[in-house]
Amino acid sequence: MAEPLFTSEEQKKFDAGIAEILSHYPPDRKSAGMLPALRLLQDLKGWLPPEGMRLVAKHLEVTPERAYEVASFYVMYHLKPPGKYVIDVCTNLSCALWGAEKMLAYLEEKLGLTAGEANEKFTLRETECLASCGTAPCLQINEEHHESLTKAKLDDILAKLS
Amino acid sequence: MATTAFEPIISGAWGQPKSWTLDHYRKRGGYEALKKALDMAPAAIIDEVKKSNLRGRGGAGFPTGLKWSFVPKDSPKPKYLAVNADESEPGTFKDRYILELDPHMMLEGIAIASYALGVHTCYIYIRGEFKFPAQRTQEAINEAYKAGIFGKTVLGKDFHLDCYVVRGAGAYICGEETALLESLEGKKGWPRLKPPFPAVVGLFGSPTVVNNVETLASVPHVFSRGSDWYAKLGTDKSGGTRLVCLSGTVNRPGVYEVDMGTTITQLIFDDKYGRGMPAGRKVKAVIPGGSSAPVLGADELDVALEFEALKVKQTMAGSGGVIVMDDSSCMVRCLWRVARFYAEESCGQCTPCREGTPWQTRLLRKIEEGRGEPSDLELLSNVASSIAPYPPIGLGNTICALGDAAALPTHSFLMRYRAEFEAHIHEKRCPFGDKPWGAFGDWS
Repeated sequence: MAEPLFTSEEQKKFDAGIAEILSHYPPDRKSAGMLPALRLLQDLKGWLPPEGMRLVAKHLEVTPERAYEVASFYVMYHLKPPGKYVIDVCTNLSCALWGAEKMLAYLEEKLGLTAGEANEKFTLRETECLASCGTAPCLQINEEHHESLTKAKLDDILAKLS
Repeated sequence: MATTAFEPIISGAWGQPKSWTLDHYRKRGGYEALKKALDMAPAAIIDEVKKSNLRGRGGAGFPTGLKWSFVPKDSPKPKYLAVNADESEPGTFKDRYILELDPHMMLEGIAIASYALGVHTCYIYIRGEFKFPAQRTQEAINEAYKAGIFGKTVLGKDFHLDCYVVRGAGAYICGEETALLESLEGKKGWPRLKPPFPAVVGLFGSPTVVNNVETLASVPHVFSRGSDWYAKLGTDKSGGTRLVCLSGTVNRPGVYEVDMGTTITQLIFDDKYGRGMPAGRKVKAVIPGGSSAPVLGADELDVALEFEALKVKQTMAGSGGVIVMDDSSCMVRCLWRVARFYAEESCGQCTPCREGTPWQTRLLRKIEEGRGEPSDLELLSNVASSIAPYPPIGLGNTICALGDAAALPTHSFLMRYRAEFEAHIHEKRCPFGDKPWGAFGDWS
């Protein structure tokens, strides 16, 4: 027998979250809750397991294909389990002018990963503009923002990741 | 030009302790403008906004009052307000500061706009990467509900208003207003053909106004101090002040509130703003309005940072993102970075954009690495033209303006810095060697 998708605690959070999301939309527009519902699922499981997407689709009264279509369009959804820490490095123009390419190269060497790769601990990605252009260079680790980065500051941040 | 002494109106409270709280906002006179507006007829509110000459601050600069007036008054369908907080244009980071440091100013604008438009549900669409700004905004909304500003009555008036935060999930295209609506409807962000415009057929097929964060944050000031006062802050065609985002190789990057007469030169060199270039560096190029705005050369910077003046220079005020590149920056590499962004963010719906943006990127990479051939420059120009010819601005071959945004930088860089592109091809290398990023390339 397949393992259940959620623990009982997760199930409670999921049910309450879905109810809250659906309360924000007209009753005949349940499908509008797709983005927040996928986010809820990802917050609970760390990624979007196919059975989870099917469950979201059922609650939103759409086909599972529709849920997958949306999930695969947006870069913040993980269609497979990422590393424990997802590092998104901005290398767009303003950050690049402050050395973001060098920062990414440093991270690649330090983590032993090329941008786009993952291991159990880290997923390293090159991303497009995190709106921190005035405090460049910057990156996000699991959606937590870090800016005005120097090598020392970055080393310090990485050292705190267990 | 400004006729009254300049004072920051949007950023005035930034830096003050707890500036984001309702208590702080009320002590500054917050929500008094809403009280005034609630005593006015909705049509009169729209007229005031028209008189203020407030123009949208998201990029297109469309007159706000006019946009509001397009919403049909007799529609039997519910009407919606969608706040565009999907700030993603490289070089632009102003809305983030409003959401983090003064969200109630925007919420007051939302309440005034909603009352004027007959809107009872507002969705604030915040880009997915903005976790902290979204949290701050949600906290402010919670405060507003508790204080009777949102909910079953708005400040005791027989008018109900609900306001929800929806976070995106990482797609620049969702900043385009119809893509934003698609995303709000729970779909992938594919822009819609216009017309019909959202004011008539928008969210869930209903009349919908889509306004930028800064635009709505400006609205309370139109009512607290009057539309005449607001209009006089700006130019004949554009009222108020403007947040500009200064980034790139300057001594003090940041968000600065300026009057519409402030020039790019002043923004870069004035002690109030950028405080000049790093020692030994000169300005080489400036993108004046977010990465899609055509680039200006160093000899073109005595131009005011406002919509009309920049249009004369064949560029755009856009989203207010001013990016400075110094004389050690490689223009091919700068353009490659910009082009890569549009290739990554193309939604893939229109062939010229889907195929053209990566093609541009590949050609630029080839040239930058010294593998370019003389014919590549014409090819690059042709590829860009197939996405959107230049000029004029805004008549591209795609459903939405992302096509224009992707092609305009290519056209303008090629026009102004062609010699650098040719040098890469002739020398079969980057003439800037291994330090194409200027003063800050040695990250440490």
